[in-house]
Amino acid sequence: MMDDFGFPFPLPEEGSVGVHGDGAKRDMTFEDVLRWQAMAAIAERSLDEAGRAEGEAVDVPSDVRCRGDGPDPAPALSEGPGEEIGDGTPRPPGAELLDKPMGRRKAIGTLLGTLAAGTQAACSNALPTSADDRERLLLEFQERLKGNFRVMTDEEKEATIARLERLARLKRNVHLNLSGADAEQGVLFGYAFNISKCKGYRECVAGCLEENNQDRRSGIQYIRIFEMESGEINLEHSTAEYQHEVPREGHVYMGTQCFQCANPPCVEVCPVAATWPEPDGIVVIDYDWCIGCRYCIAACPYWARRFNWSEPVVPPEDLNPNQHYLGNRLRRKGCVEKCTFCIQRTRVGRLPACAEACPTGARVFGNLLDPDSEIRWILANKQVFRLKADLGTEPRFWYYMD
Amino acid sequence: MRDQLNHLRAFLLAGLDAATGGGRRYHIWMGSLTLVMVVGAYAYFLQLRDGLSVTGMTDHVSWGLYISNFTFLVGLAAAAVMLVLPAYVLKDVDFNKAVLIGEGVAVGALLMCLCFVVVDLGSPFHSWHLTPGIGFLNFPRSLLAWDVVVLNGYLALNFGIPFYILFTHFKGKTPNKKRYVPFVYLSVFWAVSIHMVTAFLLAGLPARPFWNTSLMGPRFLASAFAAGPAFIILTLSMIRANTEYEIDDSAIQKLAMITTVAAQINLVMIGSEVFKEFYFPTHHGINAQYLFFGLEGHTALVGWIRTSIFLNAAATLTLMIHPFRKNPKILIGTCIVLFVAIWMDKGLGLVIPGFVPSPLGEIVEYRPTWVEFAVTAGIWAFGLFVFTVLVRAALPIEMGHSRSPYIEQAEPVPGVTAVVSGHD
Ligand code: SF4
Ligand code: SF4
Repeated sequence: MMDDFGFPFPLPEEGSVGVHGDGAKRDMTFEDVLRWQAMAAIAERSLDEAGRAEGEAVDVPSDVRCRGDGPDPAPALSEGPGEEIGDGTPRPPGAELLDKPMGRRKAIGTLLGTLAAGTQAACSNALPTSADDRERLLLEFQERLKGNFRVMTDEEKEATIARLERLARLKRNVHLNLSGADAEQGVLFGYAFNISKCKGYRECVAGCLEENNQDRRSGIQYIRIFEMESGEINLEHSTAEYQHEVPREGHVYMGTQCFQCANPPCVEVCPVAATWPEPDGIVVIDYDWCIGCRYCIAACPYWARRFNWSEPVVPPEDLNPNQHYLGNRLRRKGCVEKCTFCIQRTRVGRLPACAEACPTGARVFGNLLDPDSEIRWILANKQVFRLKADLGTEPRFWYYMD
Repeated sequence: MRDQLNHLRAFLLAGLDAATGGGRRYHIWMGSLTLVMVVGAYAYFLQLRDGLSVTGMTDHVSWGLYISNFTFLVGLAAAAVMLVLPAYVLKDVDFNKAVLIGEGVAVGALLMCLCFVVVDLGSPFHSWHLTPGIGFLNFPRSLLAWDVVVLNGYLALNFGIPFYILFTHFKGKTPNKKRYVPFVYLSVFWAVSIHMVTAFLLAGLPARPFWNTSLMGPRFLASAFAAGPAFIILTLSMIRANTEYEIDDSAIQKLAMITTVAAQINLVMIGSEVFKEFYFPTHHGINAQYLFFGLEGHTALVGWIRTSIFLNAAATLTLMIHPFRKNPKILIGTCIVLFVAIWMDKGLGLVIPGFVPSPLGEIVEYRPTWVEFAVTAGIWAFGLFVFTVLVRAALPIEMGHSRSPYIEQAEPVPGVTAVVSGHD
């Protein structure tokens, strides 16, 4: 079973670091230079502000700070510049760059990333005008150079989370509660769907949309509820586009979504390993690492993956600020997304939004490793089946009937 | 060393010279290509700005015209070089000119392939993630990663070999066979590999029964072996008509022979697929049903695939009749028809039905938008542009007109005959 989670990433080697995977022992890096620049930008802004309202301290709300008790990874983002400059450091951090050689790979990575970021900036952004704009651009720039979440160190994870929170603040003026929580030990999530109970109300679809910050313009939906005539379970003779009052006489309903396969073909095909199964069984995507080739969409036998064909839009009043890096955080144009069993909820012990929204009790979610869980009871006592079991994808999503 | 640099500079300058100088028709040709490229670039800019939503692709049909052209062009690139095999192994002297042209076709086609992959990416600015070391290439698990590796390797080979041969000729020397023939063999096997890997990229998806067939790879090869030589026949005829570069009839006839045999094999394979899908139609054949007959009133591809098969069969039949194949005019016309037929079949006709209906049985059809057409046309124009430049630069050297000014005398400058004997 553990084999399912085997992953081809090489462990970061000491001394030779890419834009990802550097350990705590790292040398002066390009990011530090940027951080220094960020500090300078904030200092400048604070000077501006000081000019206008004398004595007023630079006020970065504490909630923007990185959560957790670890060392603040990006002091420039959350601290006023005063003590940074006045703490007796004789040289700016960037100065070390001159004595310490940057690793070759690191340098190439930085260069490529810079090129990419620069080209895109040239395509989309005008020159920054205010200090906020400059900070935003800088943060966006740093975001571009980051690596795959899967191989980030804890500090790197915290740093990117802090940047994303700060960016949300700058761009949308919202306080995010962005988590990067790891899977808990002894947890393996599974889902069971009771076909005889589902009445086709699609409350789960609405609940999912409310929870997961999908693009509102294209109306991305992770869950499809198929209506079919009772008698034969056959998706080919069914429709998910029904527009009439439910339940309809003589019909049954069957929901699909990402089944978090134990042997997921979507993971196998990804050329950059932007998608992988977590130890608790959830197949996740690093939205920022995905290059948008859509090979995984072609590979999924359950049509579970969705693509952001244009820049996703979520109005501030619809935004769910409780997010997980691998879950419902805001996506960008050109990346793939899908159901994550509401990782932001389930990793803190809550039910997925769909299970919570379902008024009929057709949805049962739980920990497969807990012998007392309801899902274990269903698997033991009901006749269950899985969709396209012949493909060997081993979905962790079972159907059953009363 | 210094000499080499001088030679190289002269070589590049001569190439530039040959590529930029030329008659009126040449300039009109290059000008039109540039125009198409500019339009394509504008369309691509729109796509970058607004996202892939400006294309006709959807979550249901998530690959479209771009990947279709990609799969076709991989075949073209591969087939062009597989000609090397008869030329070097069978010691077929009159084939050598065709081979150099073939390598030019391969370079052009490969650049197009890479462009098509890049324009298909949702996040092209993140494509550095593919670079091993600084990003992460999921090799050997992902077939797409394999494709990245083999395509780039193939590009290097097909750039390197002609460069070596031309550059040596340019310096007035005879290429050392020990140095380049091993790479030639390597590139032949590599050609098969780029083709197989691309076929496996699709065939390796159990989610898509339409692609998930073991015939995928062989059919790819057969159709490529038909379309590739057909294209080279066209370019050779074009070169023959427009330059003094001599190309033997026998070379063209041999190519026509290869084309004919491959087209026949391809037809047999189409036949066996059709038989399997329709003798006893199953659930898995539903995509083929959509392709050939339409499903529930959705018939977008029916006319397309039937036209393609008709053209394919007609061209193959024509090629099989000796007097027709021996007649240059008919041969050229037939090659064009065959090329188009295979492009239709191995492009949209192969990729789109894999998506319709979706794995959950939903039917959403695909219709490319003008942006997709413009970008596609732009990339084709770019490929033809590169190919033309390469051929333009290569011909004077091969004809012995263009030689490095830094050659120390005494050594006789090899003319066309010497060039040929240098190859065999
Ligand atoms: S349902 Fe599809 S997307 Fe989800 S894990 Fe399985 S193959 Fe991947
Ligand atoms: S679309 Fe993204 S997640 Fe899917 S295969 Fe491509 S890079 Fe990987």
